[in-house]
Amino acid sequence: MAKKESTFLNMVVTLVVVTLVSAGLLGSIFALTKEPIRLAELKKKNDAIQVVVPGFDNEPSEEVRKLFMDGDTLYFYTARKGDQVLGTAVETFTNLGFSGEIKLMVGFAQDGSIIDIAVVRHADTPGLGDKMQKEKSDFSVQFMGKHPDQFKLAVKKDRGDVDAITASTITSRAYCDAVQRAYDGYMQISSSSLTPNL
Amino acid sequence: MQQWKNFSKGFIKENAVFTLFLGLCPTLGVTTSAINGLGMGLATTFVLVMSNLVVSIIKKLIPDKVRIPAFIVIIATFVTVVELVMKGYVPALFDALGLFIPLIVVNCLVLGRAEAFASKNTIWTSVVDGTGMGLGFTMALTVLGAVREVLGSGAIFGLKMIGGDALLLFILPPGAFIALGYLIVLANMIKEKTT
Repeated sequence: MAKKESTFLNMVVTLVVVTLVSAGLLGSIFALTKEPIRLAELKKKNDAIQVVVPGFDNEPSEEVRKLFMDGDTLYFYTARKGDQVLGTAVETFTNLGFSGEIKLMVGFAQDGSIIDIAVVRHADTPGLGDKMQKEKSDFSVQFMGKHPDQFKLAVKKDRGDVDAITASTITSRAYCDAVQRAYDGYMQISSSSLTPNL
Repeated sequence: MQQWKNFSKGFIKENAVFTLFLGLCPTLGVTTSAINGLGMGLATTFVLVMSNLVVSIIKKLIPDKVRIPAFIVIIATFVTVVELVMKGYVPALFDALGLFIPLIVVNCLVLGRAEAFASKNTIWTSVVDGTGMGLGFTMALTVLGAVREVLGSGAIFGLKMIGGDALLLFILPPGAFIALGYLIVLANMIKEKTT
């Protein structure tokens, strides 16, 4: 078979066919992977909640409140065991990270003290900024059990109480910023009306 | 024998990274650890093999003047497939590679093989070429990632070998250039010996 001539009609038909086939293929792959992607993201969220407010027996990701703050949204998940509220997991963010946005999950006990913190998403430098992750270093441990009213969420260089990650002051500052935002949001939402803002 | 040569050229003789210097953007960007390099390499290999296969099948049906846009659409399709599948089934790897997956579309290596090889060769030869070049690329990325990981964070494939901090420079972008430079020296030495 001879190679197709580059006539106008041939070119248009070829490109239309190629793009149509691609679109069809992508559509079916999208439909196939939609559910696994949703589940993977949900699982990640649930795992993070599990870490920061352990021991619940409800589905915190089904009971979510939102608060718009500083140009993005904070999400609040209430963890319960039976009728008792164990705490609230706050999905918080900061745009001050070394490589842009960092998302954290911060667990607060009823009195407002921090139970634990997990990193949901970040793009900071491997080997430096990624030490904010618990499995990489003990940086996040110093926040456990602290109450933001007595524990100033700023690195020591900025006269706070947080020991920064060595060589990653920017990341540490961003981390504090995100935790502070979670606390502010948590205070706002727990002091304001009890009607959930769904 | 012919096919073996066609396959093995991708590893040293025509290695995308060490010899052709194609696809250096993901090479330098993602190789902060061996596992990232491996994941990126395998994703690229999949795209390369599939696009080589499709391009060699339909090469006669595509008029010359629109071959580049047609190839790009084909490549972009497979890249999106990789992205969706990775997001659904290996989210951890997707998080690590993130932005670099969509960038496979503009990896010169993929379009280069489609244009320079698959559009002129038979289906089987093109698939072999894609596999060889892709695995060669994977090897280069994994080696570079391993070197940077060992020197930069004292670990290999995430397994800590030495405690404390290592030479952080190798994790940072300048370290990528330095490590790549020395690996190219090494590859050139091997090439000189074998020829």
